[in-house]
Amino acid sequence: MSQISVRVDGVSYSDDVEPRTLLVHYLREQLGKIGTVVGCDTSNCGACTVHLDGEAVKSCTVLAVQADGSEVTTIEGIAASDGTLHPMQKAFHEMHGLQCGFCTPGMIMAAIDLVGDNPDPSEDEVREGIEGNLCRCTGYQNIVRAVQQAAHEMQGTAAPEPTGAQA
Amino acid sequence: MIPAAFAYARPTTVDEALQAVASGGEDVKIMAGGQSLIPVMRLRLAAPETVVDLTRVAELRGVREDDGAIVIGAMTTHSDVISDPLIARYAPLIAEATETVADRQVRHRGTFGGALAHADPAGDLPAVALALDAEFVVAGPGGRRTVPAAEFFVDYLTTALEEGEILVEIRVPKREGWGMHYEKFNRVAQAWSIVAVAAAVRREDGRIAEARIGLTNMGPTPLRATAVEEALAGVDATAEAVAAAAAHAAEGTDPSSDLNAQADYRRHLVTVLTRRAVSTAAGL
Ligand SMILES: Cc1cc2nc3c(=O)[nH]c(=O)nc-3n(C[C@H](O)[C@H](O)[C@H](O)COP(=O)(O)OP(=O)(O)OC[C@H]3O[C@@H](n4cnc5c(N)ncnc54)[C@H](O)[C@@H]3O)c2cc1C
Ligand code: FES
Ligand code: FES
Repeated sequence: MSQISVRVDGVSYSDDVEPRTLLVHYLREQLGKIGTVVGCDTSNCGACTVHLDGEAVKSCTVLAVQADGSEVTTIEGIAASDGTLHPMQKAFHEMHGLQCGFCTPGMIMAAIDLVGDNPDPSEDEVREGIEGNLCRCTGYQNIVRAVQQAAHEMQGTAAPEPTGAQA
Repeated sequence: MIPAAFAYARPTTVDEALQAVASGGEDVKIMAGGQSLIPVMRLRLAAPETVVDLTRVAELRGVREDDGAIVIGAMTTHSDVISDPLIARYAPLIAEATETVADRQVRHRGTFGGALAHADPAGDLPAVALALDAEFVVAGPGGRRTVPAAEFFVDYLTTALEEGEILVEIRVPKREGWGMHYEKFNRVAQAWSIVAVAAAVRREDGRIAEARIGLTNMGPTPLRATAVEEALAGVDATAEAVAAAAAHAAEGTDPSSDLNAQADYRRHLVTVLTRRAVSTAAGL
């Protein structure tokens, strides 16, 4: 067992973990943060994406011990404390950026990371930016619209006219 | 799935890391970004007794200048490589190829050294290191040694790294005024190369003075397209000359057949991609 201290969604934790414990399992099983999901065994799907010290990572491909001393943000930690949704969550809701919703936590965390680097991504840049996240339902069209809408809201400007996609 | 149990060491210096490797038992694995190692451990294709995690060895991160070379620390992440000013100036081919690696999450953790030490034939960075004549600085129990790229990649997933050794840094000769391009062919986003070509070209008075070409996934190791390099030396920089030289790209290669492509298709593809890579690098 190794002792780790992490801050997750603004709360500090100190825990014993086995070195082989994946960060995603620590979050879900030890902390009860089940908003972050596991969608594959091969590090491909991105459903488990969280922010580790401000950068999007696949939490199934990081050991919990590696997060020792770090700050983790999950999908459960991005809304305001009064429950107001993060602009990215709100845009996914308004633009119908989900169907079954399984990819959504990871999609939103990857998209926030993308917009942090590129505040006004083009459609192509959004598609490339979320290439590490697979969605089996939506066909991505409305996810791309949602990310662009959120990007504009986060910058305080209006979204461009949607091209082709429908709600 | 969850990896099999292992002992975990988290050194903070290269010397500590070498000690941890030496005392870790029979089956020790070095972990860089973990983006290849953790997946194989999850699938239990690897079940090391000890994992030595290099993440906190600060001296292995970052890029610096050293006379005629830039020196890239093995633990420099793919994201840091992409935004590094020295790489952008002296070896932009590395940044361009790294942008095509995996996805932003994997690039945040995966490292330049890890991708080279992993030596996957479909990996994008080995062919780039080969084309740019990189040198690999390796630390072991008996001190440091330097291995040229041409000798580093030995076989499928196998490098010149001996047991107990750690890849420390990669020296890349500065090339200013060269045109460079990485041409990658893959089916979908986040997928490994079916075939890819790394090209660096120096032009002089309308001619191609010198060309260096590395091939990804055309054999168990990355390869230099020597026949194309020779055919390009001194020719007029025209589309026709480049196409004629690129027709030699499959010479001396040994591509595999797999679900993505048959060997003969790869041999065809490499000529097309070499023409595109060299044309773009030469500004045609
Ligand atoms: C979904 C996905 C898609 C990917 N797509 C691509 C792609 O398109 N192109 C591509 O090139 N790569 C791709 N990769 C691999 C990625 O580039 C990895 O980052 C890289 O292969 C391994 O780097 P790492 O730092 O994570 O190394 P690790 O996984 O930590 O280590 C890999 C191997 O190298 C050894 N090793 C690492 N560092 C050292 C060192 N300093 N000294 C000695 N041995 C060492 C380890 O023991 C291990 O055997 C992909 C990975 C994933 C998960
Ligand atoms: S669960 Fe992490 S990438 Fe699929
Ligand atoms: S909404 Fe179902 S996987 Fe994306």
